[in-house]
Amino acid sequence: MQWETVIGLEVHAQLATRSKIFSAAATAYGAAPNTQACAVDLGLPGVLPVLNKEAVRMAVKFGLAIGAEIPSRSVFARKNYFYPDLPKGYQISQYEQPIVEAGYLDITLEDGSNKRIGITRAHLEEDAGKSLHEDFHGASGIDLNRAGTPLLEIVSEPDMRSAKEAVAYLKTLHALVRYLGICDGNMQEGSFRCDANVSVRIKGEEKLGTRAELKNLNSFRFVERAINYEVERQIDVLENGGEVIQETRLYDSDKDETRSMRSKEEANDYRYFPDPDLLPVEIEPSLLEQVHSELPELPAAKKQRFCSKYGLSAQDAVQLTASREMADYFESVLADSGVEPKLAANWINVELAAALNKDGLDIEASPVTAEALGKLLKRIADNTLSGKLAKEVFEAMWEGAGSVDEIIEKRGLRQITDTAAIEAIIDKILADNPAQVEQYRAGKDKVFGFFVGQAMKATQGKANPAQLNKLLKDRLIQ
Amino acid sequence: MSLDADQVRKIAHLARLAIREEDIPGYAHNLSNILDLVEKMNQVDTDGIEPMAHSHDAVQRLREDRVTETNQREHFQVNAPQSEDGLFLVPRVIE
Repeated sequence: MQWETVIGLEVHAQLATRSKIFSAAATAYGAAPNTQACAVDLGLPGVLPVLNKEAVRMAVKFGLAIGAEIPSRSVFARKNYFYPDLPKGYQISQYEQPIVEAGYLDITLEDGSNKRIGITRAHLEEDAGKSLHEDFHGASGIDLNRAGTPLLEIVSEPDMRSAKEAVAYLKTLHALVRYLGICDGNMQEGSFRCDANVSVRIKGEEKLGTRAELKNLNSFRFVERAINYEVERQIDVLENGGEVIQETRLYDSDKDETRSMRSKEEANDYRYFPDPDLLPVEIEPSLLEQVHSELPELPAAKKQRFCSKYGLSAQDAVQLTASREMADYFESVLADSGVEPKLAANWINVELAAALNKDGLDIEASPVTAEALGKLLKRIADNTLSGKLAKEVFEAMWEGAGSVDEIIEKRGLRQITDTAAIEAIIDKILADNPAQVEQYRAGKDKVFGFFVGQAMKATQGKANPAQLNKLLKDRLIQ
Repeated sequence: MSLDADQVRKIAHLARLAIREEDIPGYAHNLSNILDLVEKMNQVDTDGIEPMAHSHDAVQRLREDRVTETNQREHFQVNAPQSEDGLFLVPRVIE
């Protein structure tokens, strides 16, 4: 049987405000427990929430960036449930009238094609605190620093058909909120959290299958693995004549599996109603205009420009526009060095990306600056360095051994491009290995590699590879 | 509309209220009366009237994004039945 996977994602993006959504307490990460929880966050009697202007602006900014309708009015509602890290017994959220209505995001798939993913809505809400279940003499510890932190919950349409598409959407969304400067996107610290609604249906079927909601997906890799596991599980259940139950499942990254979180005796009954402590929020057209004028060049537009202006492939452009900092780095390498865009793109996406990844660094913290990389690429362009030697120089630069030219001088890494010098080396090798020369001339092409190896050895890898190949061929057919 | 005993139990559970079994008929009666009142209000013709989200016909005032609250943990935790290392302690909750 042919199955089709259907995925919708809910993302909670923590908005990068200084103070909380309804109080003037700080939102900084990592403070000592309960030192950033004020009377409003604690839900003490007699307090009133007052909405943060910046949180509203950020939500509007997001809405404009996804081509969404921003209604002139939105309403906060209470979502009622009991949990110790929710001091008021309700979360202030938005229900019937969210701040951002339907929009969309275009994602680029692995084959370079684009797909449009619908975004149903995005609404503002407050975060809950944190429960710590380590042993406090049989009790749980509650830290309310996070309570009241502004979140934008972004709900997608069930438009994704594979784990890979889900990850592509998430990465695109992640890049967007960081471009907009509304969220730092730190997944480890929980600033960008994702839940996935996953179901399967027989291909061609219109009706959606019963879905499971996956939680605890705190990296792109886990999102992909959890969805793949869950899809397999659901297909197994269905093919064995069973039924998928609508439930919340937790992903366990150690065991690489999802498991049922709790069997809810009753469906969630949150009894939403408009929060009488908050009046409707009005978005003036002037605010829309102002925010619109402040929008930066968005990833999709930048990607397109990188393709058309610099002739890059879609994949290269996606990688280079993954963050504003990465895109800026690329453009400043070009501006400094004037080298071919394709060369710069390759070096940034391959060598630099690998080195950053290895040391767990962001591009902003790269020990090799854009200017320095530009100088290195110039030495490739002017034939001072071969690709291979350049990698050696790059590694030395990464370790802080100095500038490109210093390293080339100090280590004598200058590429040999003097035809006479290379020919002299070739002649000596051919003279020393008459048997191999014989073999080559008898049609054994493979021996060519042997000569290249000998020549590179003799020059410590410094012979210009293209030149060496050509001269060697010329000599051998004489 | 009248509520039955099971509905009263469910409402009490959602509100985490402990109620006595013998009080349920009384609650059912009183709550049903409230619903009847709402039902009566529902009969008013409200066609073409936009529902209000708040009884005041006003819009929300916004706050500048500034941190003005200081740490008053010691102060707040005086009221907590139990605290340790700056955390509020509650009966163990584990999923």
